[in-house]
Amino acid sequence: MSSPVEIAHPLSKYIRKGAQPHTHCSGCGNGIIAQSFLRAVDEVGLPKQKLVCVAGIGCSGWIPSPFFDIDTLHATHGRPIAFATGVKLGNPDLEVVVFAGDGDVSAIGGNHLIHAARRNIGIKVICVNNMIYGMTGGEVAPTTPRGMKTTTTPFGNLERPFDLSKLVIAAGGTYVARWTTYHVARLVASMKNALTRNGFAFLEVVSQCPVHYGRRIGITNPVEMMRWFQKQSITTERAREMTEQELLGKFVVGEFVNIEVPELTKLYADLFEAAIRGSN
Amino acid sequence: MQGNEACALGAVAAGCRFFAFYPITPAGEIAEKMSQLLPKIRGVYIQMEDEIAAIGSVIGASWTGLKAMTATSGPGFSLMQENIGYAVMTETPCVIVDVQRAGPSTGIVSAPMQGDVVQARHGSHGEYEIIALAPSSAQEMFDLTIRAFNLAEQYRTPVIVLADETVAHMREEVIIPQEDSLTILSRKVSSNAEDAARGFLSPSVAPMPIFGKGFAAHVTGSSHDEYGMRQASAPEAIDKIVRTINQKIVPHTDQISSIEKIMLDDADVALVAYGSCARTAEYVVKHARKQGIEVGLLRPIGLWPFPAEGVREALKSVKRVIVLENNLGQLFPEIERAVPSNVETTFLAPEILATLHRPDYVMKYVRGEAH
Repeated sequence: MSSPVEIAHPLSKYIRKGAQPHTHCSGCGNGIIAQSFLRAVDEVGLPKQKLVCVAGIGCSGWIPSPFFDIDTLHATHGRPIAFATGVKLGNPDLEVVVFAGDGDVSAIGGNHLIHAARRNIGIKVICVNNMIYGMTGGEVAPTTPRGMKTTTTPFGNLERPFDLSKLVIAAGGTYVARWTTYHVARLVASMKNALTRNGFAFLEVVSQCPVHYGRRIGITNPVEMMRWFQKQSITTERAREMTEQELLGKFVVGEFVNIEVPELTKLYADLFEAAIRGSN
Repeated sequence: MQGNEACALGAVAAGCRFFAFYPITPAGEIAEKMSQLLPKIRGVYIQMEDEIAAIGSVIGASWTGLKAMTATSGPGFSLMQENIGYAVMTETPCVIVDVQRAGPSTGIVSAPMQGDVVQARHGSHGEYEIIALAPSSAQEMFDLTIRAFNLAEQYRTPVIVLADETVAHMREEVIIPQEDSLTILSRKVSSNAEDAARGFLSPSVAPMPIFGKGFAAHVTGSSHDEYGMRQASAPEAIDKIVRTINQKIVPHTDQISSIEKIMLDDADVALVAYGSCARTAEYVVKHARKQGIEVGLLRPIGLWPFPAEGVREALKSVKRVIVLENNLGQLFPEIERAVPSNVETTFLAPEILATLHRPDYVMKYVRGEAH
């Protein structure tokens, strides 16, 4: 008698036993981001025990927490980058990856984002940008387009949205890339680039929230929303030839910055040697 | 040596290897000293972008197994409260030094006040227990910082050193003992996967499944079970958390929150004071004794958990109690509750808040000339 063949997903080794079913709504972009990330981890051969995920509060925090079978620190709202800074400085051998939303890293936690970029501490920030507060009920976010109606802007949003990648570039980010959940292959490639470099990395993933965002733009089908992402996406090369007016409402995608600058924990290691020599 | 410097030396002696800070008076000298000492022992000093980030990074560092600390004063202590609650909830050992200054708000940056006593106890939202120690000398800035680390490690919880501007800035003799004569405790760390899986919520303190060991620890400020798994909608889970945090600490109040008794055995009048107020109180006791007045001092060294039993026992045979605080009575309700009901209990703030009590002013109350 032959035993039944066990069929396992090649990435199931990264999934925490008993953590299913997951908590995301049908059609949420988080599943695509989760799989893209685990593929990147697998392809670069990063051992699980070397990885720490730090989660923000919001739907995107639930990508690793508790779904990934990996050390996970589910932080307070807005603070995962600060928590991650302590983890990385505490044990520089660890690869520390933050999963947080646009509200988490650019509204309540905006200060931590720009300072982590400035310090060039070697944490990787995966920012899931759905342009709205999904978990709390679809309120306006700093990334919501102007004029858009949300549960808290019933007459339309008066404010201009943040361009998060530009923000991080201005703060000195040494690796900055933006893709949408439509661009899976390029997203995985950028995640691999982020995981194999020393310095700070910021990866903005424009992602669909069909429940709260989609219905506001009249696209409740997640696949349709991703097609919309495809249509609205402009590569950096093409964007260079377009005016600001022409770029309104578009998603400029690509790898914007990729430079190596001395990483903070390496500088600390040098500092320790110098301080020890100096004190003797 | 200055109290703040002694605090930094105590931290390093206790094994602190991560210190995060955001500049604030009157805690600045702790950071200056830490920034000099830590790199020489491969410890991290980092200046963060605000106090929220400082305590956040301390929590992160603690999960890599390091002993970690931050220092601040009132405004920064207010900002830290949410993450202090997170550290309680996730059983993250760390030390927070709050050098209290005059408040509310920006207040007076270099004047002593004891306005954060209740905030230390209840500043974060939700129902929880906290440990807070109140040094009253430069020597205790050293000793109690070590003790704070030991308690944090032993009970896997944040511990607050509730200093004040006077003890932080005063300069006096500090005896630094030989390293091998110090008692230094370190947290229990999970050594195998089975231990690591049940990494939370044991009344006898679960070993900590620190990061990087392959345990796939799951640490969350959401309601969770003893495996660290989120139980976001079960009232039974949060009930267990609140009761376990209480059970971890409260039954050990006598060991955690010690009290000092000075000339109390035969006293008719007991002064109760902590922190810098205890210095005036001690002076008054010695002065009054010379005049033949039988007065003694009870000094709570640990304020939280409040050592009610110890206070009750120590004050059971006095006739009058005078409580000295540099506020309008933050610890007073706890003391009043602990004192037997037939004992007259008076609260005494300094004539002008944010200054020390004048001994002659206190003496009027001791002699019964003022009430």
